[in-house]
Parts: sequence; C-alpha cells; structure tokens
Amino acid sequence: MKFSENWLRELVNPNVDRAELCHRLTMAGLEVEGVEPLGAGLGGIVVGEIVECEKHPNADKLRVCKVSTGAGEFVQIVCGAPNARAGLKAPLATIGAALPNGLVIKQAQLRGVDSFGMLCSAKEIGVDADASGLMELPADAPTGAPLAAYLALPDASIELKMTPNRPDCLGLVGLAYDVAALFGAPLAEPPHDPVASTVDTRRDIRLEAGADCPRYLGRVIEGVDPGAPSPLWLAERLRRAGLRPISAVVDVTNYVMLELGQPMHAFDHDTLDGTIVVRRARDGEALKLLDDSERTLDGGFLVIADDARAVALGGVMGGYETRVTDASTNIFLECAHFSPPAIMGRARKLGMHTDASHRYERGVDPELPRAAVERATALLLAIVGGKAGPIVEAVLPEHLPQRRAVNLRRDRLARVLGMHVPDAEVARILAALGMHVATTADGWQATPPSRRFDIEIEEDLIEEVVRVHGYDRVPTRAPSGELKLGLPPEANVPATRARAQLAARGYYEAVCYSFVARECLDRWSRADGAIALANPLSADLAVMRTSLLPGLVEALKHNLNRQQDRVRLFETARVFAKPASASREDWPVETRRIAAVACGRAAPENWSADKRTVDYYDIKADLETLLALAGPGRSIEFLPLDRPDFHPGRSARIAIDGEPVGVVGGLHPRLLKALDLDVDVYAFEVDLDRALAGRLPAAAELSRYPSVRRDIAMVLPQEVTWGQVESVLRASVGEVLSERVVFDQYAGAGLGSGLKSLAIGLILQDSYRTLTDQDADRCVGLAVAALERECGGKLRG
Amino acid sequence: MDVLESKVRDSLDSIAQAPSIAELENLRVGLLGKSGLVTEQLKALGKLAPDERKIAGERVNRVKESLQDAISARRGILEEAAFSKRLAEERIDVTLPGRDADLGGVHPVTRALERITDIFQRLGYRVAEGPEIEDDHHNFEALNFPPHHPARAMHDTFYFPDGRLLRTHTSPVQIRSMVGHAPPIRVIAPGKVYRSDSDQTHTPMFHQVEGLLVDETSSFADLKGTLAEFVRAFFERDFEMRFRPSYFPFTEPSAEVDIRWDQDDGSERWLEVLGCGMVHPNVLRNCGIDPERYTGFAFGLGVERFAMLRYGVKDLRQFFENDLRFLKQFA
Repeated sequence: MKFSENWLRELVNPNVDRAELCHRLTMAGLEVEGVEPLGAGLGGIVVGEIVECEKHPNADKLRVCKVSTGAGEFVQIVCGAPNARAGLKAPLATIGAALPNGLVIKQAQLRGVDSFGMLCSAKEIGVDADASGLMELPADAPTGAPLAAYLALPDASIELKMTPNRPDCLGLVGLAYDVAALFGAPLAEPPHDPVASTVDTRRDIRLEAGADCPRYLGRVIEGVDPGAPSPLWLAERLRRAGLRPISAVVDVTNYVMLELGQPMHAFDHDTLDGTIVVRRARDGEALKLLDDSERTLDGGFLVIADDARAVALGGVMGGYETRVTDASTNIFLECAHFSPPAIMGRARKLGMHTDASHRYERGVDPELPRAAVERATALLLAIVGGKAGPIVEAVLPEHLPQRRAVNLRRDRLARVLGMHVPDAEVARILAALGMHVATTADGWQATPPSRRFDIEIEEDLIEEVVRVHGYDRVPTRAPSGELKLGLPPEANVPATRARAQLAARGYYEAVCYSFVARECLDRWSRADGAIALANPLSADLAVMRTSLLPGLVEALKHNLNRQQDRVRLFETARVFAKPASASREDWPVETRRIAAVACGRAAPENWSADKRTVDYYDIKADLETLLALAGPGRSIEFLPLDRPDFHPGRSARIAIDGEPVGVVGGLHPRLLKALDLDVDVYAFEVDLDRALAGRLPAAAELSRYPSVRRDIAMVLPQEVTWGQVESVLRASVGEVLSERVVFDQYAGAGLGSGLKSLAIGLILQDSYRTLTDQDADRCVGLAVAALERECGGKLRG
Repeated sequence: MDVLESKVRDSLDSIAQAPSIAELENLRVGLLGKSGLVTEQLKALGKLAPDERKIAGERVNRVKESLQDAISARRGILEEAAFSKRLAEERIDVTLPGRDADLGGVHPVTRALERITDIFQRLGYRVAEGPEIEDDHHNFEALNFPPHHPARAMHDTFYFPDGRLLRTHTSPVQIRSMVGHAPPIRVIAPGKVYRSDSDQTHTPMFHQVEGLLVDETSSFADLKGTLAEFVRAFFERDFEMRFRPSYFPFTEPSAEVDIRWDQDDGSERWLEVLGCGMVHPNVLRNCGIDPERYTGFAFGLGVERFAMLRYGVKDLRQFFENDLRFLKQFA
C-alpha cells in the first residue's frame, strides 16, 4: 500500500522524522518497501499565471509568455511547452531557484529573447512522472503563492509491503492506529458526521446472500455536477498513493477507500432498475464489468443486482452498464460488508485483482460502511454539489462478524517469548491498539476492535504485544533441552560422500530443472509414466523428469558449445513416475538418483598423458569407485542392457545382490544424432539409495598362510565375457581362489577369427595351511577344465 | 731406489689418474690380483732368509696398504662423480603439470546446503526429507493456510491434474516430521521447492532449508539465539541483525530476519535472509501435538540466497546454467 506521508501525519503526527517513522513501521511488521520523496527543495518556485502568450519571433516551437507573479508583478518567460497558453496557471521557477534535478534557474536568452525564469512540468518539480507539458494548476490557485505550500509539499510517497493478516492497515486510519500505538501519539480521525438528507429519493435494498453479505447500505445523491473536477488536494493525495484521478465521483470513492480502508462504489442512479439485491450469481449469468470485460459467472460469485440484472460483481468490481459517466447527474453511492470467504479467490479465478477484492478477501471492518458513506457524501456535496437522500441500510445482525474476547495468560506470554514483559506495558499496548482490556486472575482479557480480523487466539495477542514492545527487546538465547541424536544408519553412505567421490574423479556437479519438455523424454524413450504439470511455465518445462540424463546431456551440450571439449558432469536429484494406480492413496514415485555424463579425452590434456577419448571402461571405473564406497561384500553384476537410448554393445544394466540399480554405457549413436551431438557420450545413472546401501564392515580373520599365484592364458570365443569366466572360475576352484585378475586381453594375428585370449592370474590361498605346488596345480587344472567345458576355451600353448 | 719402489710410484700415479672404475679395477688386478705385482712379491718372500724375509715382508705389506688406500680413495672419487652424473642426467622439468590432476567439484548450491546442514547437525538437528510432489493438505492446509486464503496467492503453485502440487516450500516436511513423532523434535529439511515464476530474480525451481524445533521449553528468545548463531557460523563473522515482525500462516509470532550487508558501492543495507516464527498452535494441533504442553519454532531459508551472498554470485540464473566456467570456481 502506498500513501502520502503528509496525509498520515494529518491523522497522527509523531514527533519523529521520516527515517525514524519508516524504521518503526518496518519494525512493527509494516515493512516500508520504498520511500519516494516528493517536491523537496521547491524554494523560489511559485504559482505563475500566464497572462499573455505570443509566438516567438525567431522560433516556431517557442512562445514568449508574460507571466504574473501576483501583486501586479510580471516576468517574461520563453517557453516551449505545447500547452502554454494565456490563462493557464503553472509552476514558475524564478531566477535563483534550484529545481529538484539540480538545475539552477538563471536569466537566459533564447533565440534572442530574454527569459527571466522557467515554467515547469510536474516532472521538473518532482511531483509526478508527467513531462509532456506544463503542470496545469487549478484556476483558483493563488497566483504568486509559494508552490510548495500550495501543493502541501514536501511530501513523500511511502510504500508498505503489507502482509495478508493486516487488512486494517490498508486504509490510512487503520495505519494511524498502529502509528499512534507505536509512538503514543494522539490520533485525529477524519470526520464522518451524519449528513442530513435533503431529498427523499431512496432505493430499497434486499440481502439474499446471508452471511456472505450481512450489511449493505446506500444513498442517492441527486443533481451532482458531472463536470466538476476533483480539487487539487484530493487529486494530489490520490496521485501520491499511486492512483490516477479520474472524475470527482470516482476520485471520492477511491479517496475514502484509501482513508478508511473501505471499498465503495457509485452507480449512475438512473441506470438502475428497482431494488438492489445482493445475491449469489446464477450459473451462466453474464456481466460486463467496468474494465470492459465480459464475464460469465457461476454460483460461487456474489453479485449486486437490480430487478433486471446483475449490476456489479460483489467485492470485486462495478458493472459497465451502470457506471458513473460524465453525463451522470444522479448517483447511488453504496457500501457493503462482505465476509472474506465469500470473496477469497473470486477475483483470482477471473484473472483479476482489484483494490476492492484485495481488501475484502482479507477482511474489512464491518462497522465501517456507514462512516464511509457519510464521509463520501460530505466530500461529494462539497465537490460536485447535489442533494443527498437518506441512507438505506440492510443488515443481518446475526451474520455480522463478532470480535470475541481473547484471554492472554501472563505465564504463557513469558513462556512463548522467553522474556517477561511488564504488566503495565502489556495493558498499555493492547489498549493502544484499540482493544478493550480487562485484567483476569492470570493475565488479561482483550476484545479486539471490529477492524482486527486477525485477533482470535492467545498467540495473536502475544504477537501484538511483542510486535509493539519490540522484537529487538526479546533476548537472544541458546536453546536448552533434551537432545536426541537422529543419525542416519552408518551403513548407508551419505550422498555427500558420493558427490565428493565423483568430484574427486573430475566430475562437476550440475543442477538441472526437475521438469523437462515432453519431446525431450520422447527422444530418450523415457516418457512412459512421466507426470505432466497442469500449469507449466512453458512447454519446455512441462513434464517431471524420469531420468537425470536428458538434463545432464543438455548441460554437456551447453558446455560443448562454449569451447569446452572435455566435459564431465554429474547430478544427484529425484526422478518422478506415476503412481502404481490412479487411486488417491497411491503417491507418485520419487526416486533419488545419481547420474554422470562424460565426453572428450579420457584424461585432461597433458604433455604426457594418454590422448585417447573416454570409453566405457573409464566411466565404468568411475561408477565402480562410487559403488565401492558402500564397502565390499555386495554382488555387483553388469548385465546386458537393451534400451533404445544406449549403445547395444557398449552398455550394461547393473544389479546389486540381484536388485536392478541402474545403467552404464555409451549413448546410442541414433540418440546422439537426434540430439545433434557429434561426440561419443558415456553415462551412468543409478538409484542413489540402493547404490549406496552398504553393510557394516565385519572383519574376518586374516590367513596366516602365504598365497600362491598362477597365471594362465585361455583362448576363448569372443562372445564369452569376463563376467562369465569369473563365475566359472569361482564355481570350479571354490573358496581357495581368493582373487582373480585379468591382466591382458588379446585378439588378432595368431588366433583364429572369433577368438580372444585372456591372461588370467589366479591367486590361491587357504585359511588353514600352506598350499603346495600340487594343490596349486590341481586348482589350475580344475579352472582350465571348467573353462574348456563351460566356455569352449582352450589353454593357450 | 730399487725397481719395486719405482713401480709402486708409477702405479700410484696411474691409480690417481684412473679415468674409470673399470680402469681402476684393471690396475687393482695388475697390482693386487692373483698374479699381480704385489702378490708376486709376497710369494717371493718365501725364498728369502728369515731375517731378510721379515724386513722385506714389512716393506711389501706397506706397499700393499698404500696401494689399497690409493685405490679405495680413487674409487670413492670415481663413484661420487658417476653418481653426480646420473643425478644430472635424471633431472626433469619439475614445473610441467602433473598427470591426471583432474578434480571436479560440487555445485555452489550444494556446497552452501551441505554447510548449512552441517551447522544444524552439530546443533542436534536430524535431517528429514519429504516428497517434492505434495498434496494440498501438507503444503497448505495443515500449515494453517485456509482454502483460497490470500497467503496462498503469494505461492505461485505448480499443480498436477490430480490436484497434487509441487511443494512451494519445505515447510510440509514440518508436518511430516511431527505427525506420529513425539517431541522433543529437532529437524532440518533441505530440498528443492518450486514456484511458477521466472525472471531475473526468480527461477521456477530453487532450494530451501526448513528447520523445526519442538520441545517443552522453546521460546522466541531461543529462536533468536539459534538463528543468530547460525548466521554467524555460516558467514564466519558477526552481523548487525534484526528480527522484524512478519506473517506466515504457520507461525505466530512470525519474523523475518535481516542482516546488515555491505554493498559493492561501500554502503550498507538490510538484507532479508530468513523467515521464522513460533509454530502456530493450530499446526501443532494438526499434527497431534498438544500446544499447551509443547512449544516450538520453525525457520526457513533460501539456499541460493545464502550461496549468492557467501560466494559473491550476482545472477541467480547462473546456478542453473551448469556452465563449467562457472562451476569450476567453486571446486
């Protein structure tokens, strides 16, 4: 909410400067978001009146003006503003005056004609952004008077960032109550004395919406002057509150809304037909609003209707057909109380947000409507004239919100705050905030004023007390209390370590958005089971990702396009899949994953290192070190993978203790092409929790007997994998085989086609005795026989 | 001077000038080997008369010793020279970069998040997680946001067709941490959150850390103490700090925490870094905790904001571009 500082100070004027006022507001929860000083330093600027305005002899766009500075004195001013004309009153900066932008006015010659000052635009004197021409002052502005005094300057537009719980401060008077309480300053409420009716014209009102609208009142004002302008002071206050003056009637309703916080509306009385009815809209009921929009309503909306049709959207905006125009001479001024739940979300549903809906959905004082109508009537009669009819009020007292008394216990206050606030201070604060306070055996009972919708329970009072007393007076203390450690199981490797491990292997962590384009998942053949957002920001961010790889590869591409040819990235995040069934009980499945991508050289460019590019065994090693964090003792298998996004011959699915955990390998060349990538990309993606679920180490006794190593070279068919060889070795030799390594692989000359040779080291060890040569020979014999039998192998000669 | 002495003198000269260990070895064999000069002399001693033998023996032994000493001295010099030569030959350019000195790094948001988590774990907080796809109940209703309440409009929410939503804050984890768990509770919940907003200062996904403490004694003063200590620990310096009244449906009293931050231009201004408050009694009740017996406080912070302040990142969007030139600065 934005308002004029001078206006606030007219209601309550604490003896502090602007900075202190703003600071205290902020520290009371009424955060000052911006302060725009207006019209500071306007000394030497007066109300000037152009009495003659001639064309400049030497310039088409300039005019030579004779300007009165009052008391029979005149100055000659050369002026280029398009609206300069005889009879206009405008700000005149006299010689020696300094404008807010720093310009000092001097006597000057423009195209050979002397100019003794400058006529100014609103922007030049710093009260508005309008620089299109001279600021037009009203005809009754006192010629020669200091402009600052005339415009009630200097002033400031202060903007508050209001929290939704304080609608009472969406009007100057409500804000003034808080300021009065903060500073202990007296409050002067604006007058709202009843205006006696001088005509009998009235319009009946019927309430048909129960608790949604328990109060509605209105009054007819006949014979207003539709052309009368708003007085300068009123227009200025609106402007300084960020509202554009429109017409006197509309300006007055806006003024009262800013002053009291009570939205109100004026209809053209002559366009209304019969009785005013407040009711729910009918399904499909149409209404054209003031903003020229056609709306189709349903029973969720409140409307103000007459005998024929809806004429306003309750709590949101008036109707177009019944609006006050520059031809309206009879008006119907109305004001209502709506219950917040009846208005909440309605404007939003229509994509609208109005000053009225903003206030009503937060809650407006139910006792304000009459004061608002009286205040507006008085202002209107003074500005546009006319004769007021009687106020007609319809009210459903049983539905008016009641402020209940709330208890505040002294002990509870001290316990929640962790400090003692003196009794007298508590009572003073509550009373200063307009509450009716009674003391009880253990504290106080406070009845909040009708404007405070936010005070219903004890905590609300505690907050009020500490807010006004000052958060900065609450001590700063370290909590003491029972401490229970909640550590994750030691066997589960924390994600922190996994990230550190991949970083140690040269990978940088990326963070990608959780939503991607559906086409992206389609390209990866990973759209099955993907969950789409109902209201995505864009098609590119429309579907929850089912894999981390598409995002990582996008990031990899981003870097390839920026002269990085060796890229290694990883990410830990969740992927999302549809729930198992459509039942409400079933939740979408979120799985934590860790994934990595790599392309370019296997090792960073170096004077000596291997210059080959990254391959399957590089990224597999990176994955293996990651899996190794969980410790030994798990069976980790790399099994054939058949996925359209991975290279069929260079990828594997991973199973740990038989459970599927993820995939590793080269991306499919067709996918790379579709992604417009001309480098090979290797990747892995595993389920983080399964990959890192280890076991607690269980130390085994070390064998006291030496190990024996025997090396064999086996010729095997190409398609036999090391994984198969290993399991055959394990099964055939048994526990004595403590380790097996493959230390060479060869295919080519000297071997038949379709064959390869593996050089295998068998490390044999027994826990109970030293193995003899004969024992070792027997083991090698078993191994070779098994490999011959089960893998079609042959010992190489 | 007899023949022996002149031969010995020549030999000593040769030894002193022997150019290599092999050459020296040849000399040694020629003098002290099986048929070397000195050995022959020793053999010849047997033919002498006993009295002559003693004198001649002593003489030959003296010669032998002097030759041995000379050889070993020369050997030492030659070996030292050979060693120096080898060391000189083994010299390399120690300024060339090492092989595979390849270190990556964690993302700055993760770095900040791990630091925040670490600080609170030291204060006895357990790390909790909740789903990122939440329902209205956990994200709003149980946190005391009535349906259509204007406070909801401040959360630009992503919805799914079934009515579920992407959590707009980590606060739902508060609910999940309290339901079915008896106090005392000390929990932090780091994680991704989502809001339908994208511009220079907003990204549709970002990270928060939620904190919650519920026990029989906690107060607003404890909340102030906890957060003051946290901010001091995170930034490793003292700040002028203020708690400013604010509003969140799920806490009361509520506060925003501002720290006094130096601007690039040398001026200072208040920067909002945390939202917090005493857990609203309705929220405790919604979770089956008796607000008369227990009180608690909760706080929430934006990790990106902390990372930006801590590491001097100027543009929020850089966190999500994954540009290696950016990421490499945080390894």
